[in-house]
Amino acid sequence: MKVVLKHLTKIFPSRNKKDKNAEVIAVNDFNLEIPDGKLIGLLGPSGCGKSTTLFMISGLQEPSGGQIFFGDDDVTNLAPENRGIGLVFQNYALYPHMTVQQNILFPLQNLKGENRLSKEEMLTRASEVAKLVQIDEYMDRKPAELSGGQQQRVAIARALVKMPRVLLLDEPLSNLDARLRLQTREEIRRIQRNTGITTIFVTHDQEEAMSISDFIVVMKLGVIMQTGKPQWVYDDPANLFVAKFLGAPPINMFTGRVEGGKLYIGDENVYDVGDIEDQEVYVGIRPEGFILSPEGRLSCTLTGVDVMGRDISVVSTNANSRNPAVRSIISADEMKNITGDTVRFNLKEHKLLLFNKETEERVYFGGQVAAHEEILAKMEAEGQAYVKHEGPLPREADDKPKEAVVIEDKSFIGKTKRFFGDVKDFFAGIGEKFSKKKKPADGAEETAEDESSPAPADSAEEGEDKAE
Amino acid sequence: MTKTAERPRPLKEKKNKNKWNSKNQWKGWLYLLPALVLLAVFTLWPIINTIRISFMVTADGSGYSYALDMRHVPFHFGFDNYAKVAAYGDFLNCLKNTLLLTVITVPISTMLALLIAVGLNSIKFLKKIFQTIFFLPYVTNSIAIGMVFMAMFTMIGVTPGMEPESIGIINKIIEAFGGQRIDWVNQQSSEAANMFVLCTYIVWNALPFKILVLLGGLQNVDKQYYDAAKVDGASRWRVFWRVTVPLLSPMIAYVVITGFIGGFKEYSSVVGIFGDSMGPITHDYRWDTMVGFIVRNIDLYQGRASAAAIILFLIIFAVTMVNMYVSKKRVHY
Repeated sequence: MKVVLKHLTKIFPSRNKKDKNAEVIAVNDFNLEIPDGKLIGLLGPSGCGKSTTLFMISGLQEPSGGQIFFGDDDVTNLAPENRGIGLVFQNYALYPHMTVQQNILFPLQNLKGENRLSKEEMLTRASEVAKLVQIDEYMDRKPAELSGGQQQRVAIARALVKMPRVLLLDEPLSNLDARLRLQTREEIRRIQRNTGITTIFVTHDQEEAMSISDFIVVMKLGVIMQTGKPQWVYDDPANLFVAKFLGAPPINMFTGRVEGGKLYIGDENVYDVGDIEDQEVYVGIRPEGFILSPEGRLSCTLTGVDVMGRDISVVSTNANSRNPAVRSIISADEMKNITGDTVRFNLKEHKLLLFNKETEERVYFGGQVAAHEEILAKMEAEGQAYVKHEGPLPREADDKPKEAVVIEDKSFIGKTKRFFGDVKDFFAGIGEKFSKKKKPADGAEETAEDESSPAPADSAEEGEDKAE
Repeated sequence: MTKTAERPRPLKEKKNKNKWNSKNQWKGWLYLLPALVLLAVFTLWPIINTIRISFMVTADGSGYSYALDMRHVPFHFGFDNYAKVAAYGDFLNCLKNTLLLTVITVPISTMLALLIAVGLNSIKFLKKIFQTIFFLPYVTNSIAIGMVFMAMFTMIGVTPGMEPESIGIINKIIEAFGGQRIDWVNQQSSEAANMFVLCTYIVWNALPFKILVLLGGLQNVDKQYYDAAKVDGASRWRVFWRVTVPLLSPMIAYVVITGFIGGFKEYSSVVGIFGDSMGPITHDYRWDTMVGFIVRNIDLYQGRASAAAIILFLIIFAVTMVNMYVSKKRVHY
């Protein structure tokens, strides 16, 4: 069943009704066409609206605007039970008092009228589904007697048993341990292939999404940042966010500029990018995009070499790097080129990604233009339009700085501690004021220091206010 | 040989460790001492003494009483107290009343509490106010509530020669709707009318605690179960029976068991509504209960009262056992 989302929007009203600005736009003008029988991954950091999108498709949450189509049916205003969906919850939500079989039978027993099956049919259907997900040996157990992976499969069986038109999975693997996660994601892939049901699953783990999805939808702040086959999105990210979000180890980011067809990182001309406008750019280089060479044009200071399994990665630093360390994966042959403290790299064209500093969107150059167009053509051919959000994309520069989370101890002891802390700050503030007054007499050097650090005194005063 | 010689060593060390622990156990007991003394004086000893007294009889077959004890009449072991209690017509009436009230009120109050708890859990508006209203009986003196009930159901004006006149609000309401007034609790009242008032009172009085427990249970139920049920197309009724009730079953079992125990100890409700006479004035002791029987006998016939108390205990024990057995089979996870 083809699923089409048109201008889907979800706005959560603010708690404080007077403050209109505090409302949260969880999903913002979401346009997507999901072809029949595909497995797609909604991928994004937490809070990007991917689960909200899923719940709107399921009908558990009402969209604030836009439409949802299953095939040609508009299901926007349909109740969840009438949409023909199967939903697997993050923590499975298996009924603890029912056996595996009863859990799987539950959706069938709810069917009414013509759709209602006879008892035998129900049992056959349940055992068929149980075989499909390979839990048929555990039909008489209660969920608590199963492992996490088995519970997961029961949840999938329960979702599949009424033969849904669309299967929705909300973070299906996040409650499993690493090994089981690998195994279960293959399992999900297999089940999806066998049934051919259009499947949408939500994850924040890029590796998970990349490994099993037919295509992925990368989201940020309720906006689609890019869609496409995992490999295409990885090779050809459309903006800074997607480039940084996909890939492990993550992409190396530098600040640089393009001047007269030459790309500069710091003072070094690291690549000739040809005929593009002069601009300030972020330079992204995938770890596998470095060639270690004595004549390399990008020089970094070596800090170490990590050998992890079959990968050799050279860790170095560069003054213009936006990451604390530059990580490059190289082949064993290139190791001999490391001499002294400075490592020099040449860059591979298709692993060198430029992003305009202002818009944070991709700047294609040289051979990348043709490669990008080729990918667009391929997507067209596969019936998957390259979705571009209308309007400006959320930029990294606009991100709110992360507020430090202060967990308040609300117990009596916590309150007492805080109170004494405030009192201490109060006296410390007073003490600092006095010592400040004395200091200028000691000499010019300390006066300078005094001028440069008025901040602590201010914060001490704030502490004083709190204490009051 | 050397092997066997070496083996006991760790065991020995373990033993020493235990000894070291037991040496320090006196501290634990010391901390428990105040509670233990109070328990021993006010709970343990009365229990033992009750059992003792219930088996004490004189040579001529009358049971234990302080009066006899003061005159140093010798007592010996015997079942006469129990025999007397069982033969007593009043006692059987008490037993019948208690059983009847319990069996009627516990299921009704549990079901009502469940419905109210589910209702309260699903509303947001005015939730706190409703919670307070339903909780009111819990913090109010039960005798006082009983008297209010009596005032509500009463019908006064039966002075000879005068037309009876309704003053209780219930009868006024009935009359306002054109019905015939009913003698609920006065001289001419029927057993059924009395029963209705009593049960209403007991159910209403039992609700708050049950609502509280069930509401607490409901708030702990993961919302995702309901989302899952919604997606699976379960009707509200099915969700209630197949999801809510099973997930609440431990709480329901708890409420039913404590309800039965409380029901067998029913006393203050009858006193509250009918006063000391335990029934309408013309039918004294019509609604006497087990505890009422014990209370009435305790002044003069302590032996009989003790025997009745032990019988009551055994009944409660047996019923609780049955409850536990049933709930073990029916309560999920």
